[in-house]
Amino acid sequence: MEFKDYYQIMGVKRDATQDEIKRAYRKLARKYHPDVSKEPDAELHFKEVGEAYEVLKDPEKRAAYDQLGANWRAGQDFRPPPEWDQGFEFHGGGFTGADASQFSDFFESLFGRGFAGGGRPRPQFHARGEDAHAKVLIDLDDAYHGASRTLTLKATELGPDGRPRVKERVLNVRIPKGVRQGQHIRLAGQGDPGIGQGKPGDLYLEIEFRSHPFYHAEGRDVFVDLPVAPWEAALGATVKAPTPAGPVDLKVPPGSVGGRKLRLQGRGIPGNPAGDLYVVLKVALPPADSAAAKAVYQEMERTLKFNPRAHLGV
Amino acid sequence: MKNQLLPLLSGEVLDENVELSLADLCQACRLSAEQVFELVEEGIVEPVGQGAARWRFQGVSVRRVHCAVQLRRDLGVNWAGAALALDLLDELHRLRDRLRRFEG
Repeated sequence: MEFKDYYQIMGVKRDATQDEIKRAYRKLARKYHPDVSKEPDAELHFKEVGEAYEVLKDPEKRAAYDQLGANWRAGQDFRPPPEWDQGFEFHGGGFTGADASQFSDFFESLFGRGFAGGGRPRPQFHARGEDAHAKVLIDLDDAYHGASRTLTLKATELGPDGRPRVKERVLNVRIPKGVRQGQHIRLAGQGDPGIGQGKPGDLYLEIEFRSHPFYHAEGRDVFVDLPVAPWEAALGATVKAPTPAGPVDLKVPPGSVGGRKLRLQGRGIPGNPAGDLYVVLKVALPPADSAAAKAVYQEMERTLKFNPRAHLGV
Repeated sequence: MKNQLLPLLSGEVLDENVELSLADLCQACRLSAEQVFELVEEGIVEPVGQGAARWRFQGVSVRRVHCAVQLRRDLGVNWAGAALALDLLDELHRLRDRLRRFEG
């Protein structure tokens, strides 16, 4: 088991005051909160910080932890010394709001027994199971056609000794057609099992789209950049455009400029109402890589008298 | 394939087509009706319908309430602070989606 340096995790000195610890916690909690943070591994950091705070905010637990000595380094192999917690009494209910089942083995080995109520069985205790949350990564294509996904979830349940233990569950879940980025799917009763006669919790799946090389979804609308030749944009043309449901013929109106958005109604993510597909024109320049091509550009220069910077006043 | 033997589970997409009563929302978010009243007061969720007995919440309310409860518990903000954070987060997600389009 690895030793955890709770002071290092919180970024405070070993002699930090309780106020300093609280301030450090608040700051880190905001930085790593899974609902707010964009940091990689935010959830992992958030749990780690929560665990560190659980110990350091409680003067009793902190004193017991300090007693292990200042010579331990994070990551070092750790076994609690025998009778290490003699003279300390961890009162139950110290776990204010924190999800103790998420804490590390290191935490369990030090403070676990206070939490488990001395391992006493509690036959009369019933509670609804925890809700489980997971993210599902899907392709835009799945939102157009529907799909199924196999998920492995780690659920916490109470073992026969009355202690929580982690059990893996495999689920096969239908992803309905028409889901959008950030939406949640609720599967009633598929969360963690209840305790005693308590009902199981619910499972919430958050939909996340894998990034696509050329489609981008915004809500129920989908965007795609479509390169067009200068003469297609200037003179108008019918060109092929890709859509997640298959290619379509698209009319480019004459006199189009780069950045013009053409809307294909109802060709976004399906639903009621369906989203739209926006084709954004990008004018692509043919390379001047031959004498003939250069001649065409020179001819344009002579004939068109075109100043692309006229609106900048230069 | 082992996975083929698993039953295919269907859930409910919590979108604007799903409507929940006050009791449904309390049950889904494990809150008392009084706590939901406070959330309505702060505008965190906005039911339609006259009187609590006829209130209808959109499916997306479940996510908003979950998020507000977590922000309050983990960051020590009050409901008004959670409401502000939620609105800013919605805006942030919209902008990130848009940014992805231009960075793509």
